Amino acid sequence: MTAGRRNIVALLSGLLFAAGLGLAGMTKPAKVAAFLDVTGDWDPSLMLVMVGAIGVYALAVVAAKRRGVPLFAPEFAWPSLKMIDARLVGGAALFGIGWGLSGYCPGPAVVSVASLTQENLVFLVVLALTLLASRRVLAARGSAGSSRAAIVE
Amino acid sequence: MTFTNFTPVASLLGGILIGLASAAVLLGCGRTAGVSGILSSALSPTKGEDGAWRLLFLAGLVGGGALLALFFPGVIGAPIMGSIGRTVLAAALVGVGVEMGAGCTSGHGVCGIGRLSPRSIVATITFIATGVLTVLALHRFGGAS
Repeated sequence: MTAGRRNIVALLSGLLFAAGLGLAGMTKPAKVAAFLDVTGDWDPSLMLVMVGAIGVYALAVVAAKRRGVPLFAPEFAWPSLKMIDARLVGGAALFGIGWGLSGYCPGPAVVSVASLTQENLVFLVVLALTLLASRRVLAARGSAGSSRAAIVE
Repeated sequence: MTFTNFTPVASLLGGILIGLASAAVLLGCGRTAGVSGILSSALSPTKGEDGAWRLLFLAGLVGGGALLALFFPGVIGAPIMGSIGRTVLAAALVGVGVEMGAGCTSGHGVCGIGRLSPRSIVATITFIATGVLTVLALHRFGGAS
């Protein structure tokens, strides 16, 4: 019962998330590249995407802490990692390079696969394979930061 | 500066929808709506855990993309990579990077900053900085997008 409602919320959230990305312009890689192109024809739109999204989410965090438990799950799975280390910064740095090269971060990459272009399909397949491979390598290395339970989703 | 392609209203509204969707995942499912983490965990499911919500969230993303492609062609697609080599390289950097850094634009940039997580603030500043430098390098050394 609860799991069923949780799954419905997840499905509708995915649809809404995709609509938001589309309306915001994040599914247009040229627009994302224009946001990163601060010395050229800069398009600051993505700053407003972040302002809108972070503002709403921050209110939800306050509501969640006040409520104590989620609606359709036993407890909140808050990310538990706290340390700022080379792995965090190095990973973010590599991600930013790929983002700049392509104009795609994971959300728009998943949404855009529906366009069925060869580039979108190749991008998602390579993304999935490298996620799988990196997860294995990081888990095998067993560093403190690789705790699966603690991963920030 | 002229801001020829600035879409403040649509982008703010789109951001609010992304925020509402992430809020629903938090309040309904108790989870962080980070696309890279959801995709990664869906690909490597933990035994004994009910991860169906992840698959449904991803199905919603792809279904939403299909609806966008159907009703608003031009909103999605039109990749700028140009060559298959650049596509593969970019996707691999994104995959390795978000797994190492444990989050992407949604997990760190929206949800993490929304919680005022210092880790997420550092990660977001870092990936925007290297993204800016990458686009700058593409312009300078050819292969301009």
